[in-house]
Amino acid sequence: MPDLPEEVRSWIGARRYVQEGEFDVERGYIFTSCASVENGNPLFWDEEAARRITGGWIAPPTMISVWFRPHYWAPNRTQPAQPLQVHFDLKEKLGLPEAVMTDNTIVFREPVRPGDRLRTYQVLRSVSEPKTTKLGRGRFWVIDVEYENQRGESVGTESYTGFGYRREG
Amino acid sequence: MMELRRRTLDQIRVGEKLPDLSIPVTATSVVLGALASRDWRPMHHDKDFAQQRNGVRHIFVNTPHNAAYFERYITDWTGPYGRLGRIQFRMKDSVFPGDTMVFRGEVCQVETDDLGCGWVELDLSLEVEGRTTTSCKARVAVPVDENDNPWKRTGKAWKP
Repeated sequence: MPDLPEEVRSWIGARRYVQEGEFDVERGYIFTSCASVENGNPLFWDEEAARRITGGWIAPPTMISVWFRPHYWAPNRTQPAQPLQVHFDLKEKLGLPEAVMTDNTIVFREPVRPGDRLRTYQVLRSVSEPKTTKLGRGRFWVIDVEYENQRGESVGTESYTGFGYRREG
Repeated sequence: MMELRRRTLDQIRVGEKLPDLSIPVTATSVVLGALASRDWRPMHHDKDFAQQRNGVRHIFVNTPHNAAYFERYITDWTGPYGRLGRIQFRMKDSVFPGDTMVFRGEVCQVETDDLGCGWVELDLSLEVEGRTTTSCKARVAVPVDENDNPWKRTGKAWKP
């Protein structure tokens, strides 16, 4: 992709933004998430069921990205931190002010449990040639987010396809 | 203890349809889902921003909230012994307050892997007024019999 800035090309395949979650996995968010979709799975509400089936409380697997999303504000932080920073880096470096996510694949491995502290890193896998869609002209990109628990076990991989674009007209 | 339904692999057939699930969307539910997933971006809570910057008619359901709905839809059907291995979705259009979401699903494959784990592949969709706004494929483990529990699988014994 000769038309890509050298800096963006250097990101492809590189492990970037290794970070630890800012807080432990906790049940308050699990309840809020379950309430937001009316998920009554006994694994998240019934301690005996959780003990019998999953060996104790777990978090809903699809909450995997929640545990590393930064606080909106924190002391001594000069600007709001962005989750999926590679996505925002691409928007900035490629001059594409708007973006949407189109495809999302998540592979789930070891269960995430209250008290876990997750680590994550992001890998840019690809950037497309410029394309025009009904939203505008821009590029598609694929970013993998890897997640591990405090024991170094993989708890999952999330793969995002984004489309960064400039509205036409 | 709550009822622990266990849908086992032998009860599931290719072509079986999951019961439809219909959910009305409100501004509150969009914001609740965004905050539950710690997504503070304004297009999920600020209508003016969504209209002026994203060029859409209202705030809209975010990606993790969408995923949480699909998880709920799948495990409502499998019961708590169902364990998600993989979920893939493609969002073709946004979902806004005032829409009614309808989740549909069908079993497209049933198999047992070389380690004896039972797997079901599902084709799923989220529709609004007959339009598919998100298509989804999921791979979910279910017990092969009354004594099995996919959640007991760990490390190399779990092949999602």
